[in-house]
Amino acid sequence: MAFVAEPIANLIGEFSKLPGIGPKSAQRLVYYLLRNSDEEAKALAEAISELKGKIRLCSICFNITDCDPCPICQDKQRDHSKICVVEKPSDILPLERTGKYQGVYHVLHGTINPSQGIAPEQLKINELLSRLQDGSVNEVILATNPNLEGETTALYLHRVLAPQGVRISRLARGLPFGGELEYADDVTLAQALESRQEF
Amino acid sequence: MTSPHTYQAQGIAIKQTKFGEADKIVTVYTLEFGKLKAVAKGACRPGSKLGGNVEPPNYSLLMLAKGRNLDIITQSQTIDGFSGLKGDLWCISCGLYILELIDVFTTEGSPNQPLFDLLLDTLKNLSPSNGDETVLRYFELQLLHHLGYRPQLHKCVVCSSSLKPGLNFFSPGQGGALCPECNHAEFASRAISIDALKVLRLWQDCDYPTASRVKMSSKLSSELRQLVQEYITYFLQREVKSMAWLEQLRRGITVDSNCGVN
Repeated sequence: MAFVAEPIANLIGEFSKLPGIGPKSAQRLVYYLLRNSDEEAKALAEAISELKGKIRLCSICFNITDCDPCPICQDKQRDHSKICVVEKPSDILPLERTGKYQGVYHVLHGTINPSQGIAPEQLKINELLSRLQDGSVNEVILATNPNLEGETTALYLHRVLAPQGVRISRLARGLPFGGELEYADDVTLAQALESRQEF
Repeated sequence: MTSPHTYQAQGIAIKQTKFGEADKIVTVYTLEFGKLKAVAKGACRPGSKLGGNVEPPNYSLLMLAKGRNLDIITQSQTIDGFSGLKGDLWCISCGLYILELIDVFTTEGSPNQPLFDLLLDTLKNLSPSNGDETVLRYFELQLLHHLGYRPQLHKCVVCSSSLKPGLNFFSPGQGGALCPECNHAEFASRAISIDALKVLRLWQDCDYPTASRVKMSSKLSSELRQLVQEYITYFLQREVKSMAWLEQLRRGITVDSNCGVN
């Protein structure tokens, strides 16, 4: 891009590395920033540099946070006897949005994926087990994704958690609200039938 | 009427990778076209009508539309979800191993009906664990057979003489068994017992119900596993990653209550 000033070319290159941003979108973003005030550009630059500088993992639940322990683990109002195990930090947001869960979380940072060489030792499973040592936890809710790797991880967790004597539950699987039976896929429908509840 | 831009295929989903915000690239081993990759749009969303149907190892009937780079899955209907194997850690892990073998051994656009039938039958034969690995060994041997890598187990691969009862050798590099006279250090061979030779010969040519009737000691089972997996590793020039996970499960390695791996 010799016909474009170097700082512009650099920023286009950096934006293009972001997920879902192609060279054209990157170009639009850069020219948008150029048109904006200096303050706005500086605020964006500061927000980005703070992101890596201040963000760390919570030493209890391994969620991404700017204070350790994270606000959820610090909250005395929450039920610390229930731990919901999720694959990645972004899985906590939709669960929190439901407003139905008052327990705490544990982020595994991945799933067991034998074909990618990801074994249990690379996940935060040891750390989960150490949280159960003091006997204050009475339920572990497995909220891994309902796919092959998520299923493998849940089955493995069940194997290592069962001797601890805690209640182990799994998120229910079934029809999404607002969906139509006619268009439901066969696997989901079969699971919805299997886990039907008394009405 | 089906337009030339769309086509149908029945296939088993063997791999998925996330693509964009909510799409997935699904690798499917199909009866009609062999291995193919296609995009399942919106498959990550809970309400997707494709999501569950294209999840490995589902066997589905797919409607695909020709795309510029990758074809697009427009409709899907599950034929068999293999729900039996999904509730057992050993079975699900064997399933992952089988799918990885199919993925690494096949190339796109090479249909192979016997291999497709073998994959389908093997996924059906996987049942909650009794620790028996016959289903895996039988699959591995038949996979090698259907892809043209069948090891020679009836004659010495060097001198072509019939193998005598007793101690013989097996060399992945030479493609099969060696008699004691022809065995040399440079062949990187290992000893093969007469029982192992007999079982492997039988499994190369029989159907699965016959293969599953063979009763064997854990020593023989372990010998067969090492022989076949060394052979596979030799041809791929790398380890199948899921092998290590199966080995971990086999040894019962779990993260223990003292928070260490034992």
